Formats: sequence, structure tokens, C-alpha cells
Amino acid sequence: MIVLKRDLLLAFRRRSDVATTLFFFLIVSSLFPLGIGPEAAVLSSIAPGVLWVAALLAGMISLSRLFAADFADGSLEQMLIAPQPLALLVLAKISAHWIVCGLPVVLLAPLIGLQYALPNDALVVLVFSLLLGTPALSLIGAIGAALTLGVRGSGLLVALLVLPLYIPVLIFGAGAVAASQHGMSAQAHLSLLAACALLSLVLAPLATAAALRISVE
Amino acid sequence: MKINWFKYSSPQVFYPLAGKLIPWFAWLAAILALVGLYVSFMLAPTDFQQGEAYRIIFVHVPAAWMSMVIYIVMAAWAALGLALNARLSAMMAQALAPTGAIFTLLALVTGSLWGKPMWGAWWVWDARLTSELILLFLYLGFIALQSSIDDPRRADRAGALLALVGVVNVPIIYFSVKWWNTLHQGSSINMGAAPKMAATMLLGMLLMALAFWMYTVAVALMRVRCIMLERERNTDWVKELSLKTLSSQSIAGAK
Repeated sequence: MIVLKRDLLLAFRRRSDVATTLFFFLIVSSLFPLGIGPEAAVLSSIAPGVLWVAALLAGMISLSRLFAADFADGSLEQMLIAPQPLALLVLAKISAHWIVCGLPVVLLAPLIGLQYALPNDALVVLVFSLLLGTPALSLIGAIGAALTLGVRGSGLLVALLVLPLYIPVLIFGAGAVAASQHGMSAQAHLSLLAACALLSLVLAPLATAAALRISVE
Repeated sequence: MKINWFKYSSPQVFYPLAGKLIPWFAWLAAILALVGLYVSFMLAPTDFQQGEAYRIIFVHVPAAWMSMVIYIVMAAWAALGLALNARLSAMMAQALAPTGAIFTLLALVTGSLWGKPMWGAWWVWDARLTSELILLFLYLGFIALQSSIDDPRRADRAGALLALVGVVNVPIIYFSVKWWNTLHQGSSINMGAAPKMAATMLLGMLLMALAFWMYTVAVALMRVRCIMLERERNTDWVKELSLKTLSSQSIAGAK
């Protein structure tokens, strides 16, 4: 809990970091209409995929910050030897990361969805799917961030490691929005997305803790 | 007779053993491949629907099988290395990764060569193609992570963890991609059900799969020997070995 509060406070003091992720999401999703053209029919048909990929990339570029600062000033080592289970501390850090980088994207997404001419039902599903999916992205990404801690060219490496693992979340997330666009129920996709999130909630902190122990020694 | 398996987990003991095993596996691979190619190109009948073009499956299907088997074997070695802290297991995982990546690439390339005449497209976004492509990404990630960490022990353990995370994810990725889209023809070989193809076709495919398997073992052993020498270059046994090689070469040169 204290770790969560501390990380949130730190992020609040350095607001530009939060803004960078958000602006990245905004810019990437604004580039697509410029590249493809402004026809509303085309835009609304590609919207689920584009918005989800943009959210996924925004979550990924912020991953390098997850452990790097704590690793540099030595507080990560203190966490490793702390009496509390490391997986729990890691979970707190990931939660803080999600609140700082994931939640703003979720809140901004319906606005961009409007620009893509998404109908209202689909906007609701978009927010729901992102709300379920982005925590899973943060959790899975944390494994990659921990593995590449202090490694040469870690920014690009993290993309190579983490993006293949993001694919199920992307498929179910974008699938949910697309299903509701076509007048079908998005429930199946959302349930699978929730399953991914829960599975990663259980396994990812443990794997991340193990990866941190490998990286810091 | 009880064999002490742990004896062979020492690189010093395993190095000469691997050297002795390589020619066996290499010859087996060559002979099986020759027989397999003969069966697949001379004996197997022409397919009534697909004509001669179907014959690429004799390379394609075994390569796809091997790409998946190697990933599982690699992850198993990695897990063993992580659990027992054994150097050799991690080296085996590292030695298998490039071969696995090559078979994945081979499966993708032969698949697209087959797809052009059959489906009329080099690439379709179907479930099996896509998951094979993702498997290639997983291999590349493993290789990239290992090669970017300088400390070999840390590289081993980080790679092992990544391989294990990958193995947990492979079924999830596979099913997600499968539900996402399916256009591929149904699997032709079913365990339990009678195979829908001629016996000679099946024989050719199995022979080729065995040949690929033997090739994998031979190449992995060769590569693991190189890794052993590189990693253990400061130990006594490698120094002795290099002295021996040097002196035998100078004797041969004097003659």
C-alpha cells in the first residue's frame, strides 16, 4: 500500500511523464485518419483495432519507467530484501503504473472514439474492454520490463519481448468493440479478456519478482 | 546398469561425448532425408486435387512440427537449468533457439510457396500462419534477450524465464488467434482417426520429420560444443584441450 502511495506521489510530482504517455496515445491515434482519409465509414471500421493498438503501444513505451528509477537509486534492492513478499510489492508498483499510464488512456479513449465516428454502444464497450485489458497489459509488460532492466537497448528489446505476449489481449479487446459495432453481443470477448486479466494478475507478479531477482544481483 | 546422468551435466564430460554423438546423428539425418526425399518425390502418388504442388508439404509439415517441438524442448531445458542451476541445461536451451527459429522461418516460407498456387495468395491471415509467425517472434525475442545480456549466467536465467512465460502463453495465443480467424484447411493427420492421406505420403512425411529431428540434435550438439568452449575458455580442461589440438596440428604439420 505504501509502495503504491509512494509511486503515485512520485508520478504526481513529475507530471510530464504521465502526459507523455497520454499524448503519445493521442498522436498515434490521430495519425491514422491523416494517413487513411477522413471517410467516416472507413474510420469507424478500423477504429477498434487502431485504438487498441495505440493503447497497447502507449502502455509499452512507458514500461521502461516502471523499475528503472528505483533500480538507479537503489530502492529496488531494498524492496528485494524487504520482509514483505516481493510479488506483492511488485503488484503495488504495477498498480501505480497502471493508474498513471493506463487509466488516463482508458478515460481519453471514448473521446478519440468519437473522432472515429464510433456509435455510442461501441464507445461503452471500448471503455469496458480497455478497463479490463490495460491492467493485463501492465502486468504482462512488467515481466518484460524486469527482464530487460539495465540491459543495452532495453527500450527496443522490451517491444520484441512483450508485443507477442500482448496479442491475445489485443484480439479479444478489439474483437469486443468490433462485435458490438456489428450488433452482436460483446460478452464473450469481454469474458475472455477478463480471463486474460485474471490469469496475468495471478502469474505476472510472481514471474516479475523472479525476473527482478535475476536482473538485480 | 545404472547410469549417473549428472555425470554428463558437466561440460567437461559432455564435450567429448557430444563430439562422438554428432557424426551418428548427422549421418542418420542425411540418410533419413535421402530416403524421405525419395519416398516423397518418387513413390508418393500425385494428389488428385492439388497436383504436384502438394509435395512441398513433405518439407513444410515436418518443419512446422519441429518448430513447435523445439520450443517446448528449449523451454524444458531452460526450466531444468533454472531449477537445478545447471550450466549445461541453459547452454542446450541457447543452442536450440537458432535451429527452432530457422525451422519456423522454413515453415512460413514453404507455407507461402504452397499457398500461392493453392489459395492464390502468398499470405493469408489465418490462425495457423499467424500463430507460426508469433512463434517466430517468440524465438527472436529469446535470442535477442540472451545476446544483449553480457553476463552469461544472467542471460541464461533471464532467457529461461522468458521461455517459460512463452510456453504458458503459446496455447493462449494459439486459441486466441484460432478464434480470431480460421480459413486453413482442417488438419490432415489426426491421432485416433485414420489418416486421410495415402500411406506412402504419410511415410515420406514421417521420414522427413525424423530426418529434421536428427538434424536438430546434431546441430544443437555442435552449437553447444562451441558455447561450452566459449564460456569455459578460462578453465583447465579447455586449456588442455586447446594445447592437445595445437600439438597434434603441429605434429601433422611437421610430417
